[in-house]
Amino acid sequence: MKSLLIGEYREGRLLDTTYELIGFAGQLGAESAMLLVGSDSQLPAFNGTIYLADAGVCGEYNPDLHKQLILEVVGKLNPDCIVFMHTSYGWDLAPRVAAALKCAQISEIVAITDNGFEVGCCNAKMRRTVRSATGRTVLTIQAGAFPVAGREGTPCVEQLTTAVTSTLEFVGYEPAEAKDVDLAKADVIVTAGRGVGKKENVPVIQALAKALGGELGASRPVVDAGWVDHSHQVGTTGQTVSPKLYIACGVSGAIQHLAGMKKSDFIVAINKDKDAPIGEVADLLVVADVMQFVPALTAKLQ
Amino acid sequence: MKLLVCIKQVPDMESRFKPNGSGTWFDEADLAWRMNEYDEYAVEEAVRLREQLGESAELTVLSIGPDRVVEAIKKALAMGADRAVHIQDPAVADKDPWQIASIIVAHAREQQYDLIFTGMQSQDRGSAQVGVLVAEQLGLSCATTLVGFSYENGIVTAKRELEGGIKGVARLRLPALVTCQLGLNVPRYPTLPNIMKAKKKEIAALPVDGLLAEPAVAVTTSFHPPAKKGGGVVLEGEVGVLVDKVIGILKEKTAILR
Repeated sequence: MKSLLIGEYREGRLLDTTYELIGFAGQLGAESAMLLVGSDSQLPAFNGTIYLADAGVCGEYNPDLHKQLILEVVGKLNPDCIVFMHTSYGWDLAPRVAAALKCAQISEIVAITDNGFEVGCCNAKMRRTVRSATGRTVLTIQAGAFPVAGREGTPCVEQLTTAVTSTLEFVGYEPAEAKDVDLAKADVIVTAGRGVGKKENVPVIQALAKALGGELGASRPVVDAGWVDHSHQVGTTGQTVSPKLYIACGVSGAIQHLAGMKKSDFIVAINKDKDAPIGEVADLLVVADVMQFVPALTAKLQ
Repeated sequence: MKLLVCIKQVPDMESRFKPNGSGTWFDEADLAWRMNEYDEYAVEEAVRLREQLGESAELTVLSIGPDRVVEAIKKALAMGADRAVHIQDPAVADKDPWQIASIIVAHAREQQYDLIFTGMQSQDRGSAQVGVLVAEQLGLSCATTLVGFSYENGIVTAKRELEGGIKGVARLRLPALVTCQLGLNVPRYPTLPNIMKAKKKEIAALPVDGLLAEPAVAVTTSFHPPAKKGGGVVLEGEVGVLVDKVIGILKEKTAILR
């Protein structure tokens, strides 16, 4: 089994998730090579060949060109699988490669099993086992699902160049908005999820946060709906937190949310859906209606 | 200018999912269905562009599935799409993303759309593949995960959501396809007059048989709940009792309550 791992750079820096790709290939028992559009000043520790294209020339987001580079290396190596992280880079690029190679893609893998790859579905509440019906397969793996490889080894580097005309022009990055709430410093975070029902109910969650001397957090749907400001958002596209106590009120537990809070010391989830994925990380799951339970808890604490 | 928005009908995600007879997908009995949430943002953005362009543009909404998907199509028409294509496929759940994309491509290749909108993924299958596969098979310029969109003089400016709150901005020439992320806009609720108007709009029904020539490339062998990780305590019961139990546990396990 041979794999080609597609590492990731952003603004000149190698992303740490690259080591998860190496960890995944280790579990798969695959002999691997890596392709990076990056720079030789920041190479990962890796025992194998790295095919390196210069991001200064190729651009960090230039999917037509990155696809072409991958196809060239696939032609040389003939790998069984091509592996991406399931990130904004990976889920954008992987199907382009699968389309060009006319092969299966299996998205957001969380585990390797004897019968195939395990992936999440139905908002992470359920799992599917999927196997490829083509000789070659494109894989994307969920961030945090596989162990990070030890930072060992010295790669053998082969430089790549290519030129492709593209109908897409990358303009640049926009920085994240300034945070006026620093959730990372809070000992207690009480988060409002979609289960609070409506904007008018958010003060009820805020009151519990206040009673515990903590801050208000918010899940993505609540921020998208305009109930709570983005500066309170917990998760991959918001803030990553690890307070002493995290109380998730009506949060279903999308993977992007879990990634932002699962390292909290003690997690309480209040949800009327006993099967909600938040239950996977909660130390304590209270099966109740948020709008009944939270005011009662706040009253008792005051 | 010809615009297309592709939508999927999915179950309410609060549902309890049970495996179906073949054990490879969920049992559809007793499920409530709605438009895939990501697609609502795609429809809204497409309708906004349709309004910006006025009568020079036409917006088609497309969905694949059994008769029940007409409900989702009607919602998109009530939001402002001009016409609809329903590709009739009672067995849509057995198709992999490659096949779904191929069906859309078979229709879109003839129609020569200038700009296609899709959700970035479905809430139930979540592969995040179909939009990009359609773009690649049709040779369209493509950007994914949009949280910002504007169009002027044949150029789309796409703001992509990256990790950590950073955005990436790219420009695309038409013909193009964009996949829409949650929060791109605020999807409108159809008003009663628009729901009435939508009843008169055309829904063309096409059998899937004439559009699908590709075999599946990925096979689902099992659909099941995740393995429960031990450790977590689950409390159920009357609210007053639950409150006392929770306070007791917090006093014991955390330093927050004394």
